[in-house]
Amino acid sequence: MATGHTVKAFDEDLGQLRALISEMGGRAEAAITGALEALVNRDLESAARIVEGDRKIDELEAEVERQVVRLIALRAPMADDLREVLAALKIAGVVERMGDYAKNIAKRISLLQETRGMEALAVLPPMGKIATEMVRNVLDAFVLRDAEAAVAVAARDKAVDDFYNSLFRTLLTYMMENPHNITASTHLLFIAKNIERIGDHATNVAEMVYFAATGKQMAERTKGEDSLAGDR
Amino acid sequence: MKYEALPRTGQESAMSDRRGAHAVLAFAMVAGAAWLLAAPLAASLVVGVGAAFFTWIAGAASGEPAALVPAPVVDLPDRTQEVIDAVDDALLIIERQRITYANHAARRLFGAERVEGDYRLALRHPVAADLIASDRETGDPVEIAGLGDADRRWVMSVRHVEGGAKLVTLRDRTDSWIAERMRVDFVANASHELRTPLATILGFIETLNEGRAVEDTAIRQRFLGIMMGEAKRMQQLVDDLISLSRIEADRFSVPQTPLALGPVIEEVAGVIRSGLREGGDRIELAIESAPEVRADRVQIGQLLHNLIGNAIKYGRPATPIRVALDQAQGRVRLRITDQGEGISPEHLPRLTERFYRVDAGRSRSVGGTGLGLAIVKHIAERHRATLDIESKVGVGTTVTVTFPVISRESLS
Repeated sequence: MATGHTVKAFDEDLGQLRALISEMGGRAEAAITGALEALVNRDLESAARIVEGDRKIDELEAEVERQVVRLIALRAPMADDLREVLAALKIAGVVERMGDYAKNIAKRISLLQETRGMEALAVLPPMGKIATEMVRNVLDAFVLRDAEAAVAVAARDKAVDDFYNSLFRTLLTYMMENPHNITASTHLLFIAKNIERIGDHATNVAEMVYFAATGKQMAERTKGEDSLAGDR
Repeated sequence: MKYEALPRTGQESAMSDRRGAHAVLAFAMVAGAAWLLAAPLAASLVVGVGAAFFTWIAGAASGEPAALVPAPVVDLPDRTQEVIDAVDDALLIIERQRITYANHAARRLFGAERVEGDYRLALRHPVAADLIASDRETGDPVEIAGLGDADRRWVMSVRHVEGGAKLVTLRDRTDSWIAERMRVDFVANASHELRTPLATILGFIETLNEGRAVEDTAIRQRFLGIMMGEAKRMQQLVDDLISLSRIEADRFSVPQTPLALGPVIEEVAGVIRSGLREGGDRIELAIESAPEVRADRVQIGQLLHNLIGNAIKYGRPATPIRVALDQAQGRVRLRITDQGEGISPEHLPRLTERFYRVDAGRSRSVGGTGLGLAIVKHIAERHRATLDIESKVGVGTTVTVTFPVISRESLS
């Protein structure tokens, strides 16, 4: 923890802002884990709870925005404070998106009642596990202002992308084999895409945490092959 | 755009003021101990101040008859801090959204930095956030997954302390959760392992029933051979399950009969040699004189069968399998070494789990129930022996079982 400001209220405002982000992140993290669990267990009830819970994440984002505007207007933050406030604003937006992806996954569960035994379904949980761990670790990095941990999170994104690419191929094969599988496969593909996007967003947050902590941009990560291209 | 960090003015950190926390904590403990202390306090006042004051104080501070109150052995209020720090459960006191006290367990769980400041930095879980934000106390403790570590399970309770503070208790329930999950997994695995050969047998019966295959003797023989093999696999699995549960049932009764391990090893090696169609000479024995150990002869035989069987299955063809018995540091040491592909380190801790497979496809082809090492582990535990598996990838594996010798007093 850095040394405090002359105006203690400023420290309190910053602490409040960080706490809001942390809570938002915690909710998004739980929503993602819950959505994937509900997907595996076909648990429509908890899926509905996750969809409902997304509203709270949206409210928190609005609250973060209000706080940031107030903080900039009243305290005119400088240097690392300004970086932190801006990072908080951007992270809130990204975390809200992650919550939306979780909600999107949860919404598809009711449409996926006839996919029992599909191999792709078995690949989703490990893929989701990496993505949730990324979210979890990046939130820890944010709370502890740990630039190194943020770099470690960004490095894992490649694994999620690889999962997505292999799933894309598998699902494409399913669809070609049997047109009856197309609806279910498409939903699974969207779910996989959502998880992949969650991983990307976790990486974005990692970059913001890195910037807020060090004042430097994280070195550009090497891009893998274009995941949109699929089977060429 | 880049910002250069400006040096901050060195001010006292707003977060580090813990006096408030101590006050609340002390209050909570003192409130509980107040009536305990009332009696001796009152007694000392009798001498010092006078009878009139004593009556007043005793009446005001304690409704209990003074004779029934035991004198405290330790001066509790002075030790409050240490006592609470030593509690195994994570304890947090939260006042106006801020953690004002965290005991050792809580600091270990969240890290020292995160317990200084807003509670939401440490407790991100939505259930926890909702509970603490609301003005309710928890009735029954609430289960929470993944605090600190994604695979851990906690139960949380929130209690209100006087003065508007909240006492949050987190109890680690990971162990019982894992035990429950293992039980579920075991049932699922066992039924799966039983169903697979059964499905094969049923399939062949159906085919044989259709008629045409029955006329062709060669095909019929082949089908019956497969069915026999699968039925034997089921039998083996059921036998293993039964012996596993039997060994587990008497794991607390240490075997009493003194037994020389050398002859048992020779006998088992003989049985295995005669059972092998080829390569029976692979087993090399190196038996040195060793004292007797307290052991169950049948179970030691089973342990040897499983370990030598594994060595034969996973050692490279035609390589020797060495079974050695000797004495090391006053204990009897049994070692079984093969020259095979070895096992990579990440699998070693899980080898004795039931149905755990390093390579599922390969194990299927060499046979086995997936219970062999679990049985070995339980037998070793019952004999108070230690089981140690060492392996080098590409070189081979050595399994060591070390038995305690019979102490002299217990012999007489």
